Amino acid sequence: MAKISLIVNGNAVNANIDPRTLLVQFLRENLRLTGTHVGCDTSQCGACVVHLDGKAVKSCTTLAVMADGHEVRTIEGLAADGAPLHPMQEAFREHHGLQCGFCTPGMIMTAVDLVNRKGHDLSDEVIREELEGNLCRCTGYQNIVTSIAAGAKAMAKSA
Amino acid sequence: MYEFKYHRPATVRQAANLLVKNEDAKVIAGGHTLVPVMKQRLASPPHLIDLSHIEGLNAIEMKGRSLVIGATATHADVANSATVREAIPALAELAGGIGDPAVRHKGTIGGSLANNDPTADYPAAVLALGATIVTNKRRLKAEEFFQGLFSTALESDEIITKVMFPLPKKAAYVKFRNQASRYALVGVFVAKRPSDVRVAVTGAGSEGVFRATAFEEALKKRFSHKVLDGITASPEGLNSDLHGSAEYRAHLIGVLTRRAVEAATAK
Repeated sequence: MAKISLIVNGNAVNANIDPRTLLVQFLRENLRLTGTHVGCDTSQCGACVVHLDGKAVKSCTTLAVMADGHEVRTIEGLAADGAPLHPMQEAFREHHGLQCGFCTPGMIMTAVDLVNRKGHDLSDEVIREELEGNLCRCTGYQNIVTSIAAGAKAMAKSA
Repeated sequence: MYEFKYHRPATVRQAANLLVKNEDAKVIAGGHTLVPVMKQRLASPPHLIDLSHIEGLNAIEMKGRSLVIGATATHADVANSATVREAIPALAELAGGIGDPAVRHKGTIGGSLANNDPTADYPAAVLALGATIVTNKRRLKAEEFFQGLFSTALESDEIITKVMFPLPKKAAYVKFRNQASRYALVGVFVAKRPSDVRVAVTGAGSEGVFRATAFEEALKKRFSHKVLDGITASPEGLNSDLHGSAEYRAHLIGVLTRRAVEAATAK
């Protein structure tokens, strides 16, 4: 077993885990943060994307023990319970950026990371290129791209 | 995944000692090859030695006429580094085209080279640019480092610490992606160096990365895509699988070499 201490969504978390626990498993099973999904489990689909020290990573391919001492943000950490949605979440709602919703947490965490890196004025081409690691099997991406472009602009206003 | 013990050394020396002490231990940095392989139970190292918290091991800097990249520099670090973009823009572009943004935040140059996946991008750059791979024990030339499919000259207690790239006059990397996996079906890195020209091919060879010498000879006389007319790559020794035949890959080598030379001369 390995003792780990990390910050998850602003809260200090201590745990004693088997070193082979994946970060996504730790978030879902130990912390019950089930907003982060397991899709392909092979680092391709992006349903498991969370932020590690502010950068988008695939939590199905990250060992929880490697996050010891670091900071993790999940979809649950974007907006507090009952508070207004994060601008990117709101944009996905407004522009119908989802159908079944399975890929949505990963899409939104990837989108927020994209805005952090490339700013608020994103072309469709850049958004599509940046979504290489996030798969959606329902929407055909059209409304996801629209949502991200709108969410990026909305984040500028709320910042 | 099978059980293992996790170690987090603070220095390369500590990491190397852990490797010596623990038989069959593996080093991990980004984990983007090793973790998937462990999940599939194709690897079951009893000890994992995490290099990602060794301070300074991800440094990127110019040293004389060489660009030096630390082993744990991520693909995103390399792609976004002003130093790399200034020194060898083709290398920054290559790093920015590996995997996807989340993968680039974790995967490292040292990990990619140590794994020597036959479809990886970095081996082509290292071989074409004539880079030197520095370990905790010695310096290895690119051509002695790569030793066929998933194998390298690294010994069991050896750790890559940095990669030194001499600056080329011109360089470019062009890859043709497999449409499903997005890995390089074929990738060609062309480098016009002060003394010669090198053309390194990844994705195609059944023994991993290799140099396309017929193209190199022609380009040495004149660095222009025009001198490549009539030069073809042989399908012998190339991979043939459901993604493409050896003949198709050979054809791609010719096409991509031309494109890479055009891209390098346009810069």
